[in-house]
Amino acid sequence: MFSISLDSVKEGKVVKVLDIYGGWGIRQRLSCLGIHPGDLITVKKSGIIHGPILISIHGNHIALGRGIARKILVEEVE
Amino acid sequence: MKIALMGQPNCGKSTIFNHVAGYKAVTSNFPGKTVKYTQTKFKLFGETVELIDLPGTYSLTSFDLAELEARNYLFREKVDMVINVLDASLLGRSLELTLQLLELKLPMVLCLNMIDEAERKGIRINIEKLSSILGIPVVAVIALKGKGIEKLFTQAYNTAKDKPRGKTLSFSKDIEEIISQLSTELKNENVEIYPKLPIRFLALKYLEEDKFFIEDLIKNYPDFLKRVKYFQNVIQETRGRPSDVVISSERHYLSMHLYESVVVITDPQTSLRDNLDNILMHPLFGYISLGLIFYFFFNLIFGVGKVVEEPLLDYFYRLISLIEKSINPDTLLFSIISGIIQGLAGGVAIVLPYLFPFLFGLAILEDLGYLPRVAFLLDVFLHKIGLHGKAIIPFILGYGCTVPAIMATRILESERDRFITSVLATMIPCAARMTIIFALVAFYISPKAALAIYILNLIVIIISGRILSRILPEITPGMILEIPAYHIPSLKVVLAKTWLRMKEFIFVAWPLLILGSSLLSLLNYYQIDDLVNYIFSPLTRLLGLPLVVGTTLIFGVLRKELSMLMLFQALGTTEVIKVMSPTQIMTFTIFIVFYIPCVATIAVLWREIGGKMTLFALAFTFILAIMLATITRFTY
Repeated sequence: MFSISLDSVKEGKVVKVLDIYGGWGIRQRLSCLGIHPGDLITVKKSGIIHGPILISIHGNHIALGRGIARKILVEEVE
Repeated sequence: MKIALMGQPNCGKSTIFNHVAGYKAVTSNFPGKTVKYTQTKFKLFGETVELIDLPGTYSLTSFDLAELEARNYLFREKVDMVINVLDASLLGRSLELTLQLLELKLPMVLCLNMIDEAERKGIRINIEKLSSILGIPVVAVIALKGKGIEKLFTQAYNTAKDKPRGKTLSFSKDIEEIISQLSTELKNENVEIYPKLPIRFLALKYLEEDKFFIEDLIKNYPDFLKRVKYFQNVIQETRGRPSDVVISSERHYLSMHLYESVVVITDPQTSLRDNLDNILMHPLFGYISLGLIFYFFFNLIFGVGKVVEEPLLDYFYRLISLIEKSINPDTLLFSIISGIIQGLAGGVAIVLPYLFPFLFGLAILEDLGYLPRVAFLLDVFLHKIGLHGKAIIPFILGYGCTVPAIMATRILESERDRFITSVLATMIPCAARMTIIFALVAFYISPKAALAIYILNLIVIIISGRILSRILPEITPGMILEIPAYHIPSLKVVLAKTWLRMKEFIFVAWPLLILGSSLLSLLNYYQIDDLVNYIFSPLTRLLGLPLVVGTTLIFGVLRKELSMLMLFQALGTTEVIKVMSPTQIMTFTIFIVFYIPCVATIAVLWREIGGKMTLFALAFTFILAIMLATITRFTY
């Protein structure tokens, strides 16, 4: 199992958060929305070229800009 | 008694508030619409209760200005009761804020809103169990339908009398150990920021590296910072992650654990949302739907407006010619009477027919939950002007009124983004300017020409955005935005919201209109307007407009729609096309759309981005307006 950043995950895949790179602000912000290391994320939509991605986490939908998604390290779950 | 509504964004605080207050706080289906608190007073069991609707906040660590406002209110004011509103369909995540609120040791009631939505999602909550674990009352409500609200306030009232403080759930042993050591040291040092904050809460904030608390520490207790850093390091060393991550993970784990122990998950009903979002957020169909929705919206406003405007204007003409027969048109009395009638006519026949369908449609789009989807679709394009998707929300609100649009920039995280968005939002044609575009350009030239103005406006905004983001080349923090479930708008709420926004026009703008209109009659009668027009003549000559237009430009700074109505009066007719060429109408409208924003906007800009930046925005838009209008004069 190898790790990739969230922005390169294909639509429909379920991934597990390994780590979040980025400063205090982004970490806290994501934590408030329920995104922590260990959580499962479903990638619902990956917008057009360099657009945001739509994820589902704990039954909630969240749009993340590419730049933010790039900072979330995940691994695919079978 | 003072009761505060506190909860995460878009959980229904304002909807509950409005049930008690009447429609006072604007509600919509997107996170972060309440950016400052609203309060109301009502009687509960014979006692006057002050109810405060605070902006939504994800946690007690704050990021944007709206969240900071909510948190500081709670720290600063003496609140007798906190109603923590939760979106029951997002219970797991929402409990994280609840745990933090419990750390504040304030009397509290938990309100599980949207309990029906939770059940649709297959989430069944054991309310008694949740209540006994947390040690506070829990009430289930459906705020949109008004169900359970009475019970909620009865419970809140009784609980405030008993003053139970709820239970604080404990973190892992090693972390609790550090919290208690730090707490003891804080107590010995007498560290205090707000007098009533519990010491444990304070310790947690320091371990979380909360900026606001750390800054205060540096200022007031510089020596103690070392100790805080020491404890943060202990956590970092034992857990291998920064201490703020450890604390939030602990809290996350606690709430997930709590969630699992009070919830039974059953099969969710297939949701409308997934099906609808497959189209509305699709990489191709999403943009097509966006275009169609706004095109339809545009036609609706024009369709309704035109049908109403024509017969109403006819009616007012006949009224004036009737008066002309009984009063000598050369007298002062006639000037004043016709001024008043023109003002009335302007409001009833020209502004309202376009304003109502617009605000009504906007309210439906907002309540449906479409705006966050637009943010998702347009994020890519907003990055091109140095902003991110969330900035679209102030922009869309700007089509309604610039004042709330600038207030809404508070949902943006960085000061630079707020500044750029505010300046660009002032250029968006608000409803007042919309009535000018529709009543002058669409009505006298063609709907296509009106659409062209909107497109030109967008292009100018994009170019200005690029220029501004070049001047301030900071990288935007990027979008993190919840996409809420769709809600079917309730007609009652949509009408109430439309009315709330129309009131602004009816009670503030309209009297001004009538006053302005009669003032202009007076100026006209005593021929003072010639002087004003003379002063403005370099500008009007440059733009190739009739000299009488000069006076109307001053009125436009008071309220944008005044310009048009004063134009009718200055020209002595509402049949503008007889005295002005299409080119002149176009030039006039473009100038009005872009030049100096109205006084209300200037005031709110001043408050939100400061005096210097406001002056910059004024100069920027004024120069832009002259340039664009001059180009229009020679090219259209």
